[in-house]
Amino acid sequence: MTADLLPLSRLSSALLSREVSPEALLEASLARIRALDGKLHAFLRLSEEEARAAARASGQRHARGQALGPLDGVPVALKDIFCTAGVETTAGSKILRGYVPPYDATVVRKLKEAGGVIVGKLNMDEFAMGSSTENSAFGPTMNPWDLSRTPGGSSGGSAAAVAARMVPGAFGTDTGGSIRQPAALVGCAGLKPTYGRVSRFGVIAFASSLDQVGPFAQDVRGVALLLSAVAGYDENDQTSSTRPVPDYAAALDQGVRGLRIGVPREYFGEGLSPEVEKAVRTGIEKLRGQGCEVKEISLPNSPHAIATYYIVATAEASSNLARYDGVRYGHRARAGQLLEMYERTRAEGFGAEVKRRIMLGTYALSAGYYDAYYLRAQKVRTLIRRDFERAFESVDAVLSPTSPTTAFRLGEKMDDPLAMYLSDVYTVPANLAGLPGISVPCGFDPGGLPIGLQLIGKPFDEETLLRLARAAEPAEHPLPPLLQGRAP
Amino acid sequence: MAIDRAQVRHVARLARLALSPEEEERFAAQLGHVLEYIERLQAVDVSGVEPLGFAGDAAARAPLREDEPRPGLAREQALAQAPRQDGQAFVVPRIIE
Repeated sequence: MTADLLPLSRLSSALLSREVSPEALLEASLARIRALDGKLHAFLRLSEEEARAAARASGQRHARGQALGPLDGVPVALKDIFCTAGVETTAGSKILRGYVPPYDATVVRKLKEAGGVIVGKLNMDEFAMGSSTENSAFGPTMNPWDLSRTPGGSSGGSAAAVAARMVPGAFGTDTGGSIRQPAALVGCAGLKPTYGRVSRFGVIAFASSLDQVGPFAQDVRGVALLLSAVAGYDENDQTSSTRPVPDYAAALDQGVRGLRIGVPREYFGEGLSPEVEKAVRTGIEKLRGQGCEVKEISLPNSPHAIATYYIVATAEASSNLARYDGVRYGHRARAGQLLEMYERTRAEGFGAEVKRRIMLGTYALSAGYYDAYYLRAQKVRTLIRRDFERAFESVDAVLSPTSPTTAFRLGEKMDDPLAMYLSDVYTVPANLAGLPGISVPCGFDPGGLPIGLQLIGKPFDEETLLRLARAAEPAEHPLPPLLQGRAP
Repeated sequence: MAIDRAQVRHVARLARLALSPEEEERFAAQLGHVLEYIERLQAVDVSGVEPLGFAGDAAARAPLREDEPRPGLAREQALAQAPRQDGQAFVVPRIIE
């Protein structure tokens, strides 16, 4: 196995022991991207020049024995929702084509300060609205396990790039499952931290009370290393927490004996594929075998989560996306009058799903409907959060499937927005309640498609979550067929 | 819950979106379908329940920073991405004669 196929944490060790150089790793990463991206379309653009300079600088630090830490020299790619100074950032939208931000998102700055080598920007559903990456204005991303299927979304490019070993680590955002669902569908680990754990400064906003930044890697230890690098208070994000950031990787080997896991019965009902259920139950037994206590719990308000989410998220989106008016940046339509200019700019610049959600959100906030929709949804949100608070009185984490099915076919749900929304049924509650959640691989269906299980934790208890995920993850990380027998 | 084309047009105007007649028709059907699903929330008993506005860390929320002026983006940087600008300001179609 070539070094660059190793999971992130082992690559990190290989870099620190100087078995492999940052320059060689970057070239291997770029070579694999060139070989595979014609089939996968995970990347929207590469920043090769900047990456080579970063890898060279990292190589010099390693040579001097002055590495900045475990990420120094590790190739990483970013969902195209993170502002990168001097590098085009589109959020998967035509309305931002050509937009070059004047500053780095805080996550990007911190990654650079940790020595991470940013190789490029990854495909996504437009403005992170979608569950399949098919809403990207630049065409869909394909699943490395089956090119006729979706890698999930909205961070589908991030998930596909990590699963295809194009990069050992990537970042995405998760508003209703956009990290965890694609991680499950491609067979890697993906974490949505607690709301407030990672700064969103410089992250293009979708639904501000739900959006959170998080990492993807093949291995849970890799996820822990990436989270440690970017978490923490940022004065530019008023919702970021001032709590100290623990060394997440240090907690991983404590084992899970005595930890209590709650399995919510509402997450194992109608709509769940039997193959997914079987693999998740095998994962539960694996944790039980390592000394976890498992008990059935109830989260009675779960059935209201998707409806609540599609009011709160669309209402906030309709407000956040009001900024795309053709005045200060992005696309502008030709028009003689200002109002016409706004309306045509947005008509030409936004795709169908974004328009649908802006319409739904505007409707939910409009005169006469606010109390019935938005206010009521925010109250139901309180009930959903209370369900979890009650559960956490007797368990340390909640375990469920991440997605009700394995990867679905491209095009399968494009004509039925509601069916697409329901693919997030198990991930949305953690966003509504502000809780951390992680997806880790737990098996394959008979067709060879990956299955993930989700763990949801107490606020700011990513350490317990990562310990459990570490115990649940497979010992080996199998390569998708696309890579088997070929190492370009 | 049904939503007709007149309502779609009204909401599109509020949202500053020009829709084609074909889009109006399609969105009326699709939004109606989603709203029908969302209607289920009307059956939830929320009496006495406070809305959840902030899902973050109420216990470790940063204090507001001092209200002191700081440098922001330079004018040149702020204008650099504008579709039309004149070196001083963003330029838009005339609003008043």
